[in-house]
Amino acid sequence: MQSYFYQLADDITANLQGGERFTSTFLAENSDFVRINEGAVRQAGSVAQRSLTIDLITGMRHTSESIALSGDLSIDRAWINAMLVRSREKLPHLPEDPHHLYATDVRSSEQHGKNRLAKSSDTIPAILNAGSNRDMVGLYASGGMYAGFANSFGQRNWFSSFNHNLEWSFYFQDDKAVKSSYAGFEWDSAVFQEKVAWANEQLDILIHPSHTIQPGRYRVYISPYALYDVVGMLSWGCFGLRSHRTKQTPLLRMLEGGEKLHSAVTMRENTYAGIAPNFQDAGFIKPDYVSLIEKGELCNTLVSPRSAKEYGVPTNGASNYETPESIEILGGEIETDQILRQLDTGIYINNVWYLNYSDRSMCRMTGMTRFATFWVENGIVKAPLAVMRFDETLYRMLGENLIGLTANRDLVMDSTTYQARSTESGRLPGILVGDFSFTL
Amino acid sequence: MIRTLEETLEARFFAVLPEVDFCSLRFVRERDECLLVRQNILQPVSTSRDIGVMITVIDRGGMGYAATSELTEVGLRNAVKCAQSWAQRSVSCGVLDYSTIRYPSAVGEYASQTKNSWDSVTLSEKIDLLQAVCGQLKTDDRIVDWDSSLWYTEVDSLYLTTHGGRVRQQFRFVVPMFGVTVNQGLDTERRTFGGQGYGRQGGLETLEAVKFSEAPSQVVAEALELLAAPNCPSGNMDLLLAPDQMILQIHESIGHPIELDRILGDERNYAGTSFVTLDMFGAYQYGSELLNVTFDPTKPEEFASYGFDDDGQEATKLDIIRNGVLLRPLGGVMSQVRAGMDGVANSRASSWNRPPIDRMANLNLEPGSSSIEEMVASVEYGILMKTNCSWSIDDSRNKFQFGCEWAQLIEDGRLTTVVKKPNYRGVSATFWRSLKMVGHSGTVEVLGTPYCGKGEPNQSIRVGHSTPMCLFSDVDVFGGA
Repeated sequence: MQSYFYQLADDITANLQGGERFTSTFLAENSDFVRINEGAVRQAGSVAQRSLTIDLITGMRHTSESIALSGDLSIDRAWINAMLVRSREKLPHLPEDPHHLYATDVRSSEQHGKNRLAKSSDTIPAILNAGSNRDMVGLYASGGMYAGFANSFGQRNWFSSFNHNLEWSFYFQDDKAVKSSYAGFEWDSAVFQEKVAWANEQLDILIHPSHTIQPGRYRVYISPYALYDVVGMLSWGCFGLRSHRTKQTPLLRMLEGGEKLHSAVTMRENTYAGIAPNFQDAGFIKPDYVSLIEKGELCNTLVSPRSAKEYGVPTNGASNYETPESIEILGGEIETDQILRQLDTGIYINNVWYLNYSDRSMCRMTGMTRFATFWVENGIVKAPLAVMRFDETLYRMLGENLIGLTANRDLVMDSTTYQARSTESGRLPGILVGDFSFTL
Repeated sequence: MIRTLEETLEARFFAVLPEVDFCSLRFVRERDECLLVRQNILQPVSTSRDIGVMITVIDRGGMGYAATSELTEVGLRNAVKCAQSWAQRSVSCGVLDYSTIRYPSAVGEYASQTKNSWDSVTLSEKIDLLQAVCGQLKTDDRIVDWDSSLWYTEVDSLYLTTHGGRVRQQFRFVVPMFGVTVNQGLDTERRTFGGQGYGRQGGLETLEAVKFSEAPSQVVAEALELLAAPNCPSGNMDLLLAPDQMILQIHESIGHPIELDRILGDERNYAGTSFVTLDMFGAYQYGSELLNVTFDPTKPEEFASYGFDDDGQEATKLDIIRNGVLLRPLGGVMSQVRAGMDGVANSRASSWNRPPIDRMANLNLEPGSSSIEEMVASVEYGILMKTNCSWSIDDSRNKFQFGCEWAQLIEDGRLTTVVKKPNYRGVSATFWRSLKMVGHSGTVEVLGTPYCGKGEPNQSIRVGHSTPMCLFSDVDVFGGA
């Protein structure tokens, strides 16, 4: 796959005319997807897809086009040549772009994943077997993911990763279920069985009648997986330079109002520890990490090349969306076996669902509890909780009402598959929060 | 004679057909062009061209698929083998014996009705149009960001089956958008042209239909109003929803709960289940007697109109809720077999690389008889809300909380104070029973959004909702923090 992309990049370079330059990104995946419902196969299949984007540049004018590739070099060369012709025809009709910035220092790199994946023909029977006496529903995704960058200066970057991501739920009835995941680079039956056993233990608790609470404020434990969804909301406009300069960031009160989070909160974009490529569409290499919130205080922003040019600051290799791709929150001091004891009486939230801002200027977000969320009394899990809606600001959640963070952190590999499998991830602790607001 | 790509693919498909019970090819070719002007500067023009096929095989009760953009005979042959292999492996472990499904063998065509095609106007002219709209937006120092955009998509598809099915469809979509962000101190507000809800099928004539070039001054004025406005009050009150909020209300709390695959459990690990159960169809009082909802893929200008779904089922208009009673689920051929009940033609895939699942397509709330003036006049204390900006609902599609960009109080039958950060919450199972008045056809807007997410693997798809303004009683309303 790498040599195929590099060959195409060399062809593009050879076909440039006059003072033309280009930047190019390549994305591909070969994925198996097996969808499961009621412990049986609902949909099973494979997807092979490749796409190439070329940004053709002459002076301060440029235009980009993406095409799907066939994988057949002779066909793809013809498609790319046709694309270059279209772009050349378009360029004279475009104005100069004052904010266009691309890497001109050549920094080539290679990150090669090892393909240690088990065959789906081996893993699927094991998965179905685990759900044989259960109402199991979920998705198994597995295969290779590839990304590349090339430009006319000779920079070449390559990334490949081979992983599986099984997300499944064991249902008891109605909306009472335990959600689990097993993501990794190599299928280990023992690890999978441990996760299945844990899910079965949790499911046993769900058999008890649900506990219903009245709207109000409660002490809660939020698991790393639930916290990943909260952080996912923050990714929506909180950390980009553009959102800060246009005052659209939901962290406006930290930016201009002197608001701080709890001093135990340090949040970083940690590319080094993540599973995503360390290069971006304009050819810039990301630093190992960018500190976004340090000890509760707003620190750096994610700066795309475009924002860098617009606002006259250096880029730190962020994508054009200026969102974290490998977010981490540093751990705290609560040991895993002390979570229930420190929660004492309150709600243990394993998963949340469908978050959205209810007041962006206050960074207030609403969402639902989902799956195995439990009512805990005196450190003992008593009953599953009937789903509740929360509505809370970040400043209370990770600020004045934050009691502590767990020492242990989980690597959460993003399981979303819109258009393509995600390479985003988070490394997060669980958090203990007081007076957390439930509204419905 | 030069063959079209579709003709070539058809020949190749029938050349590589395996000996199986059923095999289909679904070809999709898509071209997107996005033009965005931000702060009067044209952002990078991006175009994408996607192309590929999905082969589906059913054999001896098993079913499998393979998707590829390698459209050569070798590529199709490999895809057929791969799909066949998955079908073999799912024999006896599928959610049903797939050989019991009788896919339609429809033959037909559909094409979007287009008066002024996207390519009939030069790129420069389209940029000029966006610059003109954008140029109307920055009228005040408190406006800190502003943008206008057009997103054009054309999709050509071909569906072939071994049982004689042959469907060709051509779609053309336009999504116009602009918005302004205003700031004063620690308050930032954003007001947009209907969110991204003005997606229409057709050509550039859709811009005139939705008054794209005429709307900026009102949007700017309303954005600036918000900076001076008090917070939305809290309390139970009458709620009058404009069409660009009704689109979300219909989508989340009627459309998703009655999707048959959700009810059958397919989505429980991701998008969720439903409070609706199979036994409710035909008897359940979903809303007040004023509630009439149709599945209508026949409105030419609406975003998710089509002639056939992606399983080849011919699409027709059908009643979903009549006089408040739930009649029919949104489920395609496979779900209908699994549930043992009739549905609609709504088995759809986001593209060639995802398999079809039940989607809501065009789900419309039929107009009533009330004018806006009559609805406002009937309210002693209430609120008018416009344009969705926040949406959240539980996995059973019951407990919801939605927020809007702009609102105005209604006091003693008159529109009075503009308020900011309006939100409301409720429960689907009871909310629609509080539907008190339904606007007449003059209040209807045909809206659509490109972003309905669902499915594993995930799929984002276009949906349309045509709706009048509606008045609800005794709703829990609240404002900002």
